[in-house]
Amino acid sequence: MKNLYFIITLIIVSLALFVFVYPQGVEKTISSMGWKLEIVRQLPDWKFPNVPFRLGLDLLGGTHLVYEADLSQAGDLQAVDAMQGVRDVVERRVNFFGVSEPLVQVSGNNRLIVELAGISDVKQAIELIGETPFLEFREETDKTRAILDAQGAGQRLNEEPFASTGLNGRHLKRAQIVFDPQTNVPQVSLQLTDEGADLFAEITRKNIGKLVAIYLDGVPISIPVVQNEIPDGKAVITGNFTPQEARLLAIRLNSGALPVPIHLVSQQTVGASLGKESLEKSLTAGLYGLLAVSLFMILFYRLPGVVSVFALAIYVLLVLAIYKVIPVTLTLAGIAGFILSLGMAVDANVLIFARMREEIKAGKMLKQSMEEGFKRAWLSVRDSHTTTLIGALVLYIFATSIVKGFALTLGIGVLTSLLTATVITRKILILFTGRWFESKRWLF
Amino acid sequence: MALFVFGLNLGVDFLGGSVIEVGFSGNRPALNDIRDILTGAGLADVVVNYTGDGGALIRTGELSENEHQNILAVLKNGFSGLEEKRFDSIGPVIGNELKNKSITAILLVLSAVIIYIALVFRKLSKTLSPWVMGFAAILALLHDVVVPLGVFAVLGNVYGVEISAVFVAAALTILGYSVADTVVVFDRIRENIIRGLGGSLSEIAHKSVLQTLTRSLNTTFTTLLPLFAIYFFGGESIRYFALALIMGIFLGAYSSIFIASPLLVWLSRKK
Repeated sequence: MKNLYFIITLIIVSLALFVFVYPQGVEKTISSMGWKLEIVRQLPDWKFPNVPFRLGLDLLGGTHLVYEADLSQAGDLQAVDAMQGVRDVVERRVNFFGVSEPLVQVSGNNRLIVELAGISDVKQAIELIGETPFLEFREETDKTRAILDAQGAGQRLNEEPFASTGLNGRHLKRAQIVFDPQTNVPQVSLQLTDEGADLFAEITRKNIGKLVAIYLDGVPISIPVVQNEIPDGKAVITGNFTPQEARLLAIRLNSGALPVPIHLVSQQTVGASLGKESLEKSLTAGLYGLLAVSLFMILFYRLPGVVSVFALAIYVLLVLAIYKVIPVTLTLAGIAGFILSLGMAVDANVLIFARMREEIKAGKMLKQSMEEGFKRAWLSVRDSHTTTLIGALVLYIFATSIVKGFALTLGIGVLTSLLTATVITRKILILFTGRWFESKRWLF
Repeated sequence: MALFVFGLNLGVDFLGGSVIEVGFSGNRPALNDIRDILTGAGLADVVVNYTGDGGALIRTGELSENEHQNILAVLKNGFSGLEEKRFDSIGPVIGNELKNKSITAILLVLSAVIIYIALVFRKLSKTLSPWVMGFAAILALLHDVVVPLGVFAVLGNVYGVEISAVFVAAALTILGYSVADTVVVFDRIRENIIRGLGGSLSEIAHKSVLQTLTRSLNTTFTTLLPLFAIYFFGGESIRYFALALIMGIFLGAYSSIFIASPLLVWLSRKK
């Protein structure tokens, strides 16, 4: 009885997994049945939650860019901070493209990886990203207050409230987070070059009591009020900063000020049409692979084969669900890893069934043979899975992002199949013992 | 042998350089025509091959984005209906780094596997040194990886197939997977020794190989089936990846029977 409950739970879980993995298909079936079944028609128009698979660049089409920063020009700024600054700037620039989920990350010491999916004009993107960050100081005009007020109310959004001063990132030596000695409130201090100091003195003299806006890449990041003239090129931006915000601002200012030049060292672009074609082809391949493995298992191992195919189906559902939950970014190589894992998933079953047959041939009862088979094959199963996992693990640590997908799907596959091929097959197979089956030994 | 004669045709992933894959909506122009147009545009070192159905691969030295756009404009001018499908450009620094990383990764897997096998089989130390087992397994593994490399060296020379980063993934997978076959046989040898099966080591090894033959062939076969599916239906981009895996995994089964086990016997006898 206990086993029966297990099977029922298994079926329910499998159905739930199926709905999770392929909600579109389930909805389609229900809506097509709606014409025939009164009950279905009366159900509210309910949608299953649809968590999409995350596809990699080589399937969606898109571009993978690797930049290298020249840190020798970072001065006394920490490399980590300089890279962080570059990352922030590039991320803001990338966001202009309206690409869904762009990826901008620092890699290693001086690399920056940018991934843009489904982008059509790679050239423009490269041009925009490649520019060094641009920091600019702007001052008030007669219309500034009026425009700012209107913008506060959501009007005149296209108008630029401030005017350029000619003071820009070129003139900033460095920005730093400091704390007010009396109040201990975090501030950002700026130190300008000599030329910048002269310009800044003039600007502050003209604008006492007025606003001076600091723009980074055309977006105001801080609009302080000038308290008095600053002749020595040392300014302090005060505000209600948390230490974190002040630090972030300093980083941003530094990235505007210190043009750590970046240059493109690697570009991989896949057109959307090739991506779509690859996706379709690899899905076809996966389907044929699944069919071939299933057919082989059933022909060669008969009843246990059928059971292992059932376990394989659960394996597929489980793995696809894991891809959705984590989520795993599916690349072409990743899908190859998944397809490959279909074949490996039944390996454990092959080892177990082969052992079982030996025991059956030796004249043991079915149930006993099964238990022996599972027990004795376990060592081989464990060892073979471990060695494959070692390979996948090393690959995951060392590989580039495109190959990483392969290592990840393979690793997930090996671990998951360990569960489905042993526990699930065993529980089901044990149902097929007893007197009736003893007389049908050819089934095994 | 082929490996040494031809050397490997390393792809841009390792050497640095650029690859443009283009598709044509109409008839595919002759390779010479494409090459002429490109050299006419000032590209000196350029290799053009057909790929898939109706596409062509253009390999050159590393291109800047501007050069890339120029070439694309020239191509689009020369052939109507031309569409760029893929563009890879990799700096030599990145390529070198990848080469080093790949070698480290392969060495790491090999040593991890030796250690694992030695650990698993340490109980046998009285009759068989676990390190000898690990060593025999590794030699068999090297064979599994070197032979496909050799085949690809030939393919590279004859068809211009290049070794890309994905190939390293294939090599590592072969290493991880194929050792499993060897482990199954060794496992059986261990069990037979523990059970006190009579006979010399070579007799035990022979028996063990026979006992495990079907399952070795079957696990290999089930793994090869989906790989063949990828090879035939999976599209151009991963065809050679699948081919490398097919060879490696097939050889993995072969080597655990014909290389690892005899080696094990031979190495133990020498002591």
